[in-house]
Amino acid sequence: MTATDIDRPAATSHRAARQRERAIRKGEPGAFSESKRRLSSPGATIAAIIIAAIWTVPTLGLFVTSFRQPADINTTGWWTVFTNPNLTVSNYVNTLNFTDTLTVGQSFVNSLVIVIPATLFPIAIALLAAYAFAWVNFRGKNVLFIAVFSLQVVPIQVALVPLLSLFSNGVTIGNWAVFPGLNLNSVDGSFARIWIAHTIFALPLAIFLLHNFIAALPVDIMEAARIDGASHGQTFFRIVLPLARPAIASFAILQFLWVWNDLLVATIFTSGSNFPITKLLTDLAGTYGQTWYLLSAGTFLAILVPLVVFFALQRYFVRGLLAGATKG
Amino acid sequence: MVSRSPSSTRRIVAAVAVTATGMLVLAGCTTANPGSGSTSGASKTVTIYGPDTGTEATELNASWAAWEKTNGITIKYTGDGNFTTNIATKIQGNDLPDIGMFPQPGLLDAAIQSGKVQKVASDTEANVKKNFSKDWQGYVTSKGAMYGTPLDASVKGYIWYMPADFKKWGIDVPKSYADLVSDIGKIQSTTSAAPFCAGFNSGTASGWPGADFLAEVVLSSAGPTTYDSWVAGKTKFTDPAIDKAFTLLGQILQNPKYVNAGFGDVASINSTAFADVAAKVADGSCAMTNQATFLEANFSTTKTAAGATPKVGSDGDVWAFPLPSVTSGSNAVVGGGDFAAAFNNNAATQKVMAYLSSADWANSLITVKDGSFISANKGVTASKETDPLLQTAIKTLQSSDTTFRFGADDAMPTVVENAFWKGIVDWTNGMPQAQAEAEIQAAWANAK
Repeated sequence: MTATDIDRPAATSHRAARQRERAIRKGEPGAFSESKRRLSSPGATIAAIIIAAIWTVPTLGLFVTSFRQPADINTTGWWTVFTNPNLTVSNYVNTLNFTDTLTVGQSFVNSLVIVIPATLFPIAIALLAAYAFAWVNFRGKNVLFIAVFSLQVVPIQVALVPLLSLFSNGVTIGNWAVFPGLNLNSVDGSFARIWIAHTIFALPLAIFLLHNFIAALPVDIMEAARIDGASHGQTFFRIVLPLARPAIASFAILQFLWVWNDLLVATIFTSGSNFPITKLLTDLAGTYGQTWYLLSAGTFLAILVPLVVFFALQRYFVRGLLAGATKG
Repeated sequence: MVSRSPSSTRRIVAAVAVTATGMLVLAGCTTANPGSGSTSGASKTVTIYGPDTGTEATELNASWAAWEKTNGITIKYTGDGNFTTNIATKIQGNDLPDIGMFPQPGLLDAAIQSGKVQKVASDTEANVKKNFSKDWQGYVTSKGAMYGTPLDASVKGYIWYMPADFKKWGIDVPKSYADLVSDIGKIQSTTSAAPFCAGFNSGTASGWPGADFLAEVVLSSAGPTTYDSWVAGKTKFTDPAIDKAFTLLGQILQNPKYVNAGFGDVASINSTAFADVAAKVADGSCAMTNQATFLEANFSTTKTAAGATPKVGSDGDVWAFPLPSVTSGSNAVVGGGDFAAAFNNNAATQKVMAYLSSADWANSLITVKDGSFISANKGVTASKETDPLLQTAIKTLQSSDTTFRFGADDAMPTVVENAFWKGIVDWTNGMPQAQAEAEIQAAWANAK
């Protein structure tokens, strides 16, 4: 439906309006466009704008605060800036000059280095798994799928110590080393552990989401591909992958934001010069919190990338959310 | 898998190539680390993992920078504000730094019990025995063996005030705890506003400033022997000696006329962030507050009533005196500090441990420009410290008739420490004293 479709009913004749009313009473498809019309009425739009504005006020306050002098923040509210503007960029300058283990720039790069593979890896693995669960028949498929799906209830906190122990000690049964351990303790420039950790933690949800989407693809397309002689590999790369793009994009946004904002996994599985920007943010205030006034500026530097990603992929995000609802 | 079409093969190759190139680029980015000043590839690196972040971490790095250059060892310090919880995970997961910097003796002891901490080499042990008092040596010793070295120290239990206001009200620095309480009463009757302020809010550690205050009162009212047995769990929280300290503390913190200056009623102590009291002391709305030496750093972002940044000093806007003792003549201070312990016996690690236990490092630490660290190391030359407050704190620590005790909460097992903090918060919220004491005491059952 386009915007003109929505507008049209409002301009139609009296008779058409009565027809529509009848349709609503019968619960016919017209009801859908009726609720759509109501939601896009001027009143609803104004209400939405007001809610959005109220929702944005705290963020605005934080943004204004990031430009204020520390002593001003301590004594007056951020709204006084409109009557008594006394702004400074010194918070941003001090944040950018901040360095204890890392500078903001270095940890920013670290965050990107962590977040890009930690988004791509689970999507690559989960797509293959989701396709297999949806369209390949094998023994024990349902049991396995439920097992993967139910792993979502395992909180990551309980997995931290075993996973860390696995990375450092490996696994040995008797004299037989099943997994020798990565020997990466405190090794600088190694991101392997955090990539693996984030990938593992993301997989259950990724497989579940992508499976639901891929399983909903029309069976006719799959059968047509099979009749034309496509193997599973060809079906996957030439049919499923292009069609699943909205689902991939929406999961990519979720995973990107989750990894970007993560602190717990990052502090456990990285060390020294590998820390991401979230770790730097917690350090900004100092041991006794005496430089707390840098936090608002630091926060705004840290959310730049998520904002860019969200706005760049936003249309996929909406499409991905609607994808399941409006099929057929 | 059956034959693939050329285009899908190309796609896979492309995907692999992109990932591989990406990794190479990333590896290139990360190995180049402009922050470290290591000169040659032959230099050894020793990793230290500790709780100090931000400014404090910068000061630590500065304190050993010169030594690193002359000895060809790179010290890589990693600060983590959640050190106390994360070190347990790292010990269990066997992902250990070379040296850990423990902010609490209880935590260090737990690490020693895990068997992962190495005994110190003979040179470090000699340094610790020469440079630190018996009190301090005890914190790094377990079953007769030495496992680490004290690093920096802090002195708690200062009452911050404005000397000019005290002069205006005709009040001298109190000599005893009873004087302190009566002075607070005098100020209250002069200004008819609450004179004392406190803030216990500190995230998951909320309540610690109150626990510290109580520990100071226990140490000065009941003496070091009772204090030690209290920390060890032998003297209960419900014991008359501890109960008396609660009552003494309550004379100030539970009196709605005396607290919470500039913030609200008694319960507002819990909602006030511990560092926020600095702003109210600076602008004169709060006559007195109790906090450690490190509150000094918070005054740089506050304003006096006249709108200027307050000067800290005996002749300045803001100054501090040690919490007066309950029993006269006792010279006991409660403080804090960090301890270094090594997780391996590498030559470079042992060399760094020996350096950290030496007077050289302690002197280098206190002379870091604008530094906030002090040390209990007897080899420290107090006159080198330029900050007047920190200089008096160093002299207090070095004085032979000073009894030093670690903050009780930090020295107790973690479960008791958390219950202690929570009990203090509950007590401030109006829970009866006996009930709060019993609740904290109950946590000892969960300590091993």
